[in-house]
Amino acid sequence: MSYCLRRLGIRHALLSYDDGPGGMFRRFPIFQRLITWSKPHAPADKASDQYGWYDWNSLLAEEPEHRSLAPSFMDGVSYFPARHEMEEQLIAFAERTAIECRYGCRWEATRQDEPDGFVLDTSDGEYRCDVAIIATGMAEPWKPQGVEGIEHVPHYVDTTAPETYKDQRVFFIGKRNSGFELADGLLPWARQIILASPRPVRMSVLVHSSAAARARYIQPYEDHVLGGGNMVLDAAIERVERTGTGFQVHAQGTSRPGDLQFEVDSVVAATGFTVPLGDLRKLGVKTFFQDRLPSQTPYWESATVPGIYFAGAITQGSIGLKKYGHPSGSSAVHGFRYNALVLARHLAETRFGIQLDRPHVKPAEAIDHLLAHATRSPDLWNQQSYLARVLDHLDDGSFADAGSMPLAHFVDTYDQDGVAITIETDAAGDIHPAVYLRRGADVSEHLLAPGHLHAYETREHRSQLSSLLQGWV
Amino acid sequence: MDTEEIVEILSSFALFADLGRADLQAVSHTFEEESFSEGQRILRQGFSGTGFYLILQGEAAVVIDGHERSRLARGDFFGEISILLDEAPNADITALTPLTCIVLPRDQLTEWLLSKPPVALRMLQAEVRRLRAASRWRS
Repeated sequence: MSYCLRRLGIRHALLSYDDGPGGMFRRFPIFQRLITWSKPHAPADKASDQYGWYDWNSLLAEEPEHRSLAPSFMDGVSYFPARHEMEEQLIAFAERTAIECRYGCRWEATRQDEPDGFVLDTSDGEYRCDVAIIATGMAEPWKPQGVEGIEHVPHYVDTTAPETYKDQRVFFIGKRNSGFELADGLLPWARQIILASPRPVRMSVLVHSSAAARARYIQPYEDHVLGGGNMVLDAAIERVERTGTGFQVHAQGTSRPGDLQFEVDSVVAATGFTVPLGDLRKLGVKTFFQDRLPSQTPYWESATVPGIYFAGAITQGSIGLKKYGHPSGSSAVHGFRYNALVLARHLAETRFGIQLDRPHVKPAEAIDHLLAHATRSPDLWNQQSYLARVLDHLDDGSFADAGSMPLAHFVDTYDQDGVAITIETDAAGDIHPAVYLRRGADVSEHLLAPGHLHAYETREHRSQLSSLLQGWV
Repeated sequence: MDTEEIVEILSSFALFADLGRADLQAVSHTFEEESFSEGQRILRQGFSGTGFYLILQGEAAVVIDGHERSRLARGDFFGEISILLDEAPNADITALTPLTCIVLPRDQLTEWLLSKPPVALRMLQAEVRRLRAASRWRS
């Protein structure tokens, strides 16, 4: 975010309580490797924008030498970077792009300034700003209310070394990625592993979403379905009691009703994280998702306190259209790095009076322009049905490239006629471009055909798009 | 809202009148909570891939071709017709106040209804009431 703001000439201060870049990756994930890939060898040049499609972990930069840093720190053992590799590339990015950050600075309080803007009280004094961007991540351990005794259960972040679970019966509350990550890591150590939560497992490969449990952690599930002895259960946890040396867990089956009781040696709450929002709720910032995320506009501004914006993983709170139930990719770097680019441009234009270039596109070139973005633009691929590439249709009949913007903004509130293209995955799992046409207040959706090898610069796609843009091209 | 609050609210809805606490907890975990600000569109007329929504708090308008046709409030649901008929919605649903819903993706609705016949029956009754109201309005 800071890099993007600086490129646009927006003065800002970057504050962090950490003592250096990439602090999160010194501790997490517990079992060392990320679930986001970076492909050292990919069908795109590392200096190109397109390479971001294959490299989900690098930060974005204009200068070719600062792009795609993640693979250069990876040892080739896996295409999922180890957390120290992720930390190293973030340190390198900050150093090489000369990011200026005040580390070790604690944000302590927030208040509105007159006539507008904010004052942030910090351990290093007051900061006054027109706009505050909160990028504190989903960083605070979270446990659900209503489970008696859960306060005695260690959270994911308190997990100890694998050998401490040797020959134990271990119960995980939660069966999303963090639960499966721990279960997978403990397969060679634990006597039996039980994962339980009320909702059936959603696997990324089945529901076509990177937000569901990822394939690389699927081994405990295979063990369960093949009757290997480990268990993945649908059950609402009611109570956790300490016994002499372990725990007793009481639950109610959901998919298969019935009372369940487990005697186990260890219990871990793999129940996720929440956003450290400081005192922003008192300022009026409304939250949702069990009070874990701030409600946001399509441009990641607080829905209730104008001027408070969000960046990083918190931007998953701006839901978008969520077509076919697929959430955005905003919970991870590969998604939110594009949100940062879009947000910086939006702030430049709307808050700081900076006029951005909107290159003209001739009518005869519009179709190729849009299909090229559908075929190669990593922001559209990594933020499916969430970010759209937009061409404004101008009075003189030509087009202007408005860049990427949130699809929800284009279809609901944008004030220019134009055409937007996105990439979307439908209910059948087919990936295809979708086109949205805005003519005055009328906005229509048109799905283009899926393509073999995800290539959309074909005669069929040109013909479809040409029909849609009749009168404009 | 935390799970317990959601369960409390759900237990007051006619749609879930036949479900016990464990089932309601399962609903609160199966559905996802979403929040919308005043004026925000939740369903868009003619757009594919929408979900099934149940209002926990707030009020929304049903808008067809730019004209408001009716209002929805706490306990009302929408999006099911589009899913069950596999067609795009024939109305916009727009938040009139800050709106909190729980949402089920379209690919899960049919299976979920089949697994909860009493909920399916309650939904059918609600649809029949809507149809009756629409018939009265037309006559």
